[in-house]
Formats: sequence, structure tokens, C-alpha cells
Amino acid sequence: MSDPRLEQADRTNDFAFKIGTVNGTGSASANGLIMQAIFRMGIPCTGKNVFPSNIQGLPTWYEIRVSHEGYSARTPEFDLIVAMNPATYERDIAEVRPGGYLLHDSSWPMAKEFLRDDITFLGVPLGEMCVREFKGARVRILMKNIAYAGALAALLSMDLDVIRGMIQEKFAAKPKLIGSNYKAIELGYDYAMEHFDCPLPIRLQTMDATSDHVLMDGNTSAALGCVYAGATVGAWYPITPSTSLMDAFKRFCERFRKDPETGERSFFIAQAEDELAAAGVVIGAGWAGARAFTPTSGPGISLMSEFIGLAYYAEIPAVFVDVQRVGPSTGMPTRTQQGDLAAVAYASHGDTKHIALFPANPEESFHMAVEAFDLAERFQSPVFLVQDLDIGMNDWMIPRLNWDDGFVPDRGKVLGAAELEKIEKFYRYMDVDGDGIPYRSLPGVHPKGAYFTRGSGHTSRGTYTEDADEYTEVMDRLRTKIDSAASEVPAPAVQMREGATMSLVTIGSCDGAVREAADMLERQGLPVNFLRVRGFPFDTLVPEFLDAHELNFVVEQNRDAQLRRLLVTETEVEPARLHSVLDYGGFPMSAAFVAGEVNEHLGRAPEETKVRPAAERPEGAVA
Amino acid sequence: MTYIAKPAVRHPGLGANDLGLHMRDYEGTISTLCAGCGHDSVTAAIIQAFYELSIPPHRIAKMSGIGCSAKTPAYFVNEAHGFNGVHGRMPALATGANAANKDLYYIGISGDGDSLSIGLGQFCHAIRRNVNMLYVLENNGVYGLTKGQFSASADVGSRSKRGVPNKSEPIDPVALALTLGATFVARGFSGDKQQLLPLLKAGLMHKGFAFLDVISPCVTFNDHVGSTKSYLYTRHHGHELVPVDFVPIRSEISASYEKGSRTSITMHDGSMVRFRKVPEDYDPTDRLSAYEHYRSLQNRGEVVTGLLYLDPGGEDMHDDNATTATPLAEMAYEDLCPGSEQMDALMEEFR
Repeated sequence: MSDPRLEQADRTNDFAFKIGTVNGTGSASANGLIMQAIFRMGIPCTGKNVFPSNIQGLPTWYEIRVSHEGYSARTPEFDLIVAMNPATYERDIAEVRPGGYLLHDSSWPMAKEFLRDDITFLGVPLGEMCVREFKGARVRILMKNIAYAGALAALLSMDLDVIRGMIQEKFAAKPKLIGSNYKAIELGYDYAMEHFDCPLPIRLQTMDATSDHVLMDGNTSAALGCVYAGATVGAWYPITPSTSLMDAFKRFCERFRKDPETGERSFFIAQAEDELAAAGVVIGAGWAGARAFTPTSGPGISLMSEFIGLAYYAEIPAVFVDVQRVGPSTGMPTRTQQGDLAAVAYASHGDTKHIALFPANPEESFHMAVEAFDLAERFQSPVFLVQDLDIGMNDWMIPRLNWDDGFVPDRGKVLGAAELEKIEKFYRYMDVDGDGIPYRSLPGVHPKGAYFTRGSGHTSRGTYTEDADEYTEVMDRLRTKIDSAASEVPAPAVQMREGATMSLVTIGSCDGAVREAADMLERQGLPVNFLRVRGFPFDTLVPEFLDAHELNFVVEQNRDAQLRRLLVTETEVEPARLHSVLDYGGFPMSAAFVAGEVNEHLGRAPEETKVRPAAERPEGAVA
Repeated sequence: MTYIAKPAVRHPGLGANDLGLHMRDYEGTISTLCAGCGHDSVTAAIIQAFYELSIPPHRIAKMSGIGCSAKTPAYFVNEAHGFNGVHGRMPALATGANAANKDLYYIGISGDGDSLSIGLGQFCHAIRRNVNMLYVLENNGVYGLTKGQFSASADVGSRSKRGVPNKSEPIDPVALALTLGATFVARGFSGDKQQLLPLLKAGLMHKGFAFLDVISPCVTFNDHVGSTKSYLYTRHHGHELVPVDFVPIRSEISASYEKGSRTSITMHDGSMVRFRKVPEDYDPTDRLSAYEHYRSLQNRGEVVTGLLYLDPGGEDMHDDNATTATPLAEMAYEDLCPGSEQMDALMEEFR
């Protein structure tokens, strides 16, 4: 057997590693430091936090993928694992790929049964060094984290100046801590330099691929989108993994929406008693003319469903951000999934259908958040921004967000006092323009604008009814209205390749893995086209694309193929053309999984899937 | 039928209010409730309260949940926006609407099923949040629309129309509101408009959460012998704790009172609430005293009515939030969007 280490001779800026620690020990800041240092070295990277639904004492991991090609999907193949939690040694050691490395605290001996001879163990006496150099249990624990960051700096050839700069920024307000952090970094760094052959073949080398980028999670960017959209009312009930969205909204509002002199705030955040109330607050605020939203997750959507139906039927704008987690029921709150697609599309009883936007990364979360408010007011209906834990809570490298000061929000058909004064009589649900969208009025504006908003049967004039025809007229208009949003929601993202007869179709955060899988498959001689759905109801481009391929692999993260189900229900596409590729265990999807499923379904033998030299691949590049 | 307009006949005895509007301008569509329903009397009192306070109809927002009570906002002030939402969730809608536009007069009409069963949580939290609104609970101890089941406010031993006694302890909304910190707590009786009117007016002018429980008998399902929410029972057991008058800021104070037997409380806007014949050991601005007084009378089997507690402080959820003076719904987008320069600066912090 050849030494696998030889096969990975040049893994510069192309590897993945993870750090296993115990939650509640302060490792997050050390991990953030490492991630940020790589990013500041100009190297594309992605961080995934794999954490328990717990505050302290359980295993937690932070995964970093470095990819000079810019691939951002999770890869479960780890070249290096930093095992700081003895409780997970066994698992961590087993997960290192052959030829890889395991960095551990050698202050205590490693159990012999865990040892593997196809990986390299790098023991650093972190605990011992920190006990010697620092005082106090808490400080020692914290500094041990910083010390492994120092060891990694040596092993991976990280720029120490970058790290020092970051420590200085971070502790600018507490200069006393700078010295101890420097010292901890050096402890790890010096030990590794002295005892190991640094750097390892997996190593970093400064690039210039990140200067136009930022590191941001999707809850932060979506919150920023809400601020820039002009949202003034936010209501919520805390729920993982959406909580940080409202935290960020509040932070941004305190900064941008507070009068520095008077302290007056142009925003109102209601921490509601439950998700039902949160939805009610948002709908009440939308009814009264404010842009309002609520961030939540699957269990919240279940609770909000009654109110969602009211907003649909009474035609009130409201924005719901669903940061999906693993369901059903409480499920796995700190793991990612796309299990709410069907729930969101038709939330509430009776005939309802909702506009939904599906970002794939924090950049899209920002822009789609802004768009969600426009769509909600234009269509006077609930709009869902559907992201997931992976987008919402993980660190993504995205292009710097920029803002066009010429942006004018679309407030929809709202009659002001002057317009109401002119008209003879206002009918709330009348299809005046023939586009299915009626005019609305806000309370307090003009006596002529008054009407009685109700979730009970109503006529196009806004009055109560139990008459079949009058009821049906409004319901039919509602269908027309929501269906017409298909051309207004973001168009699907499409990537065509020469010679492709099949496609990969996906949604949301699977984007990175599926695009990478398409590259892999092409290298293996199988060019496939790509489409990512970005909005619901589906743009006509979606069924056209599906019909144009003999076979479409529908890749998503739930057990019941919810995207596929929506495609079958909402389009005329032949179900036989849609083959599901499903991964729903709670981890972000990997490209290898997608490519593997495709190959398996097509019955491609392993030799067929060997990477072929470029000359043998079909002509043409990525469209 | 709510869509049948009332004939345009003006009450000959009533003139125009300060806005030049007549009582008719504060009416709604014809009630579809049962003849003799207590709720219709409450509606009539509400119409008169708005009229007498000269509130511009379109500056009123009428909120309700589901149930007989929830229908009534259609029966008053046609020129006001109304929102008949979902069962038990009116407080959330009112909170949101008020968050968006704090300058409107919010009146929420609820029932005992709406507030004390399905919406108990929302009711409690609207109090905690101190939403600036008048919350009227039309309390009849029974579910009318679903034909006569006991509600959570039915007293132990109160008999249903079929004679079955209620065995579960009631939830007392007045005691609850006092405990939870409502800044205005009152109870009226739909059969006593003279008492109800000043309570409604004071509640509407109060800044903060004003709670008004109104015993409003259900003539169809809960007005028989054996019921403790009937007209007869309430008239026999009703105890008006302290008669009150509401004197709006605009009106000249001309009413005369017996010396030494009144307490006047000035509200945040300068209006005044006058308590007549206040017992010596009772201070309507002291929550504990109000609670003790209420409990002691209640223990004697009396249905306590009147204005029980009033915090004239005049703060609401927007004061807690330091919300800007302009209602959020009326803010210009330019004043809400931080713009490109701030965005560029912010991006540097994510590097």
C-alpha cells in the first residue's frame, strides 16, 4: 500500500479540518480567530459550527474548509482534526482521512486502542503549558483554546502577524488581555515549530481572493436586509436557529435607528409570549401600515399557521423568516434541514398558497429580505424568506454587500388621504385594475378608507358574506393574485453545460454542494445542467427547464422530497423525470454525496467515474 | 345583517359634538345579535362615549377576536377601520397595530371565551406590555355562537340552561388584571349605561392598558334562574364600589359634589376622573388597596362594579420603548434606511 500522504503532496489552500471541543469553554472565539485569519490571508474558506442543543458540557465541533477554487460546501473528509475533547476522541480519530493528522493535548496519555497507524498524531501538551504559564482555571481553559490556534498557525503556515493584528482589534478595549493571548499563541506556535515538521503538506499560502468579500452568517445579513427594507416592527419568540436574527436586527437598529440626541427609536421590537402572538403583532403592524416581520423556525411556523391564513385571506402584508431546523416536532434544533418547504407553501387551513423566497447563502438572504417586504406589500400577502440553520448560523464568505441609494421601496397599492377624498366609494377587495390586486387603505388616514377587515367570508366590497358566488369571486381573485407572483419572485439560478442531457435541480443551501457536484461529474465525463429554485410560486422557467431534460435529479434536504412534491403539484412536468437525491440527517450537504448518488442511480461503475483528463471531457465551459 | 344600512334618522334630542358630528356618525351597521343581548347595550354606550368625547371616527381602530362580542365592532363607528381577527388573538393584532401607529384610539372588544380561554395568554401579555388601548371584555359566562357551553368565567354552581351546574373555578378577569399590573381596571354592567358611560370614556382617554370587564348577559343561553351572569342576578348582587364621573379636559367642571366625599384624579392629558363617596380605607390609585377591597366585597357574594384601580401615570409600551414621536407607519423611508455609506463602513467590520 502506497503512503497516502504522497497522494496529497500539494494540498495548499485545499483541505478541510475541524476542531472538536466542549461547548461553553470559550472555544468559539479561538475558532473564529482561526477562520478569520485564513480569510484575511486572502484564501476562500467556509466555517460550519456543529453544536449541541445545550449550553455547557457537550461536544461541539467547528469545521473549516479551505478551497482556493472557492468551493463552499461542507466536506466530511477531514485532513486534520484538532481533538480537544477526550469524550469524542474515538469518533474524531476515526473521522480523519487516511494520511491525515490528529492534533491533541498530550498532557495526558492517549488510550492505545484509539491509535491508528495511517494517520499522524501530533501531541501538544496544551494543558500542561497553560497550567504552567497562566493563573486561574477559567483563564487556563480559555488560553488553551488560543494555544491550539497557535499550534495550528505553525502547522498550517498561518500568518502570525495577521493573528496578532486580530487579537489587538479584538481586545482593543481590554489591552490587559492582549499580552496573555499573544503568549498563548506563541506557546502553541513555538511548541509545534520545535517538535513537528512544520508546515504540513496541508497548508495555507496567502492569496488575494477575499478582499472583495466579508464573512457573515445569514441571520445577520437577513436582519440587515430588514433594516434596509425599512422594517420598523419586529416581533418574535426566541427559537433556535433564528434567534440571532432578531439579536442582529436589534443591534443594527440601536445603531442606525436611534436618535443620538434624544434617544428616540424608530423601531419597535416585541418579544411575544409565543409564536402565535408574534405573527399577530406582525399582521397587526402590517395592517396599520408598518413593514413588519418575524423570524422563526419550523415549530413557530406550525403555531403561526392560523394567523398566516388570516393574512392571506384578509390580504395583509407580513414577512416571515423561517430559519429551518430538523423536524418534525422539536426534532434536532441545532441541525440543518429543508423540512418546511411544503409547510410554508400552503401554510394554514383552507385553500391557501404563499409567496416564498429561497436564498442559498447570506448574500441572497440580504437581498431577498429586502425583496420580501416589497413583495409582501405589492401582493398584500404573507411572504416567507426560507433559509436554514446552515445559512443562518454559519460563517460564509460572501461578496461585500452594497446598497443602491436610489432604491425605492414598493409599498404596493395603498390609497392616501387625497386619493380617498377623490373616489366616490372605497371597496377593499375590488379588482379595480384587473390584476387580482385590490387597493388597500390604512387606519387613521381618511373616513372614506374605513372598512371592516375580517377572516370570515367577505365580498369584493369588503362586506360579510355567506353567499357562494360572492365568496368564490374573492377566492378566485386570490388565486390569480398569488399565481401572478411567479414572475415577480427571483428567477431560478441556471448553469448550462455543453452536452448535458440531465440536470441537477436544487434549492437553498444545497447550492454549493450541488454546483461542486456538477463540476465533479463533469470531470468524470458526465456534464449535467444545474437549476436552483429561488422562488415560489415557480417561475415558468422552472417547468421549461425540467421538461428539457430527460432526467432531473432533485437534490434537497428532507426525507419526503418536498421540493419534488411541489414541482409535481405545481407544474405539468412528468414525475418520472424527477429523481430525488435526499440527505436529511442534519448536516449541510456535501458534493461527494450528490455526485455519488447520481452515479449510483445511473449505475455508473467506479472506473467510469474516474476523473478524466481535460482533453477527454466534452467541449465547452460553464455557461 | 351587517350590510344593511340603518335609516338616516337623527335622534331629535341630540345635537352635534365639538367636531360637528352627530351620534349617527358614530353608529355602525344593524346588529345581528339576539334581541335583548347585553352586548348591544355596550355598543350603544360605546357609540355615545366616542360621540361625547368628539373623537374623529377615522382615528379609531376597532379590534376584535371571534365570538358574539367580536362581531360588535361592526355595529359602531362605521368610519373607523375594524379588524375582526382570529379567536383569542386580538391583543396581538392590537399590539402590532399600535406599534405601527400609536396615534390612533384603540378599542378592543372581546368576550370571556376569547379572553379567558383561548386567548388567556394574549390577554395577560397585552396587560404586561401595557398596550395603549381600551380593552372591553363583554362577559356573559357562556359560549353563545356555539350554543351555550360554559366559559371560563362561569361561577361555580352557576347553572346552564339545562340545569347543569358548573363545577370548575372561574377565572376572574378583574382580579387577574389587577394582579398583572393593568394600569386601569374597571367593571360595568351592560344594564347600567349611566355607570358604563364614564367608565368607557375614562378608559378611552387613559394612556396605557385600560381594562373594562362588562357583565353582559346572554339572553339566549345564560339569562335564566340559576345563572350568575343574568340580568336579574347582576341587578340583585351588583355593588357599585364607587360612582365615578369622567370630566374631559375640554369640559368645564360644573358638576357639584358633596364636600369631603370625592376624590379627583387627573389623567395624563388633563382630563379628570371623579370618584364619589369613596370609602375611607380605599384608595383607587393603590393597587393593593383596590385588590383587597375588591376581594372583600366579592367574598360577600357581590358583583363589584365601578372603576377599581387607576394609575394616572400615563405611560405605555411606547414610552418603555422610547419610540419616536412620528408613528412608525408614517416614517419616511429615507429616515429608516441607513444608506450606502453606512453599509460600506459596516462591511469593514465583517472582514
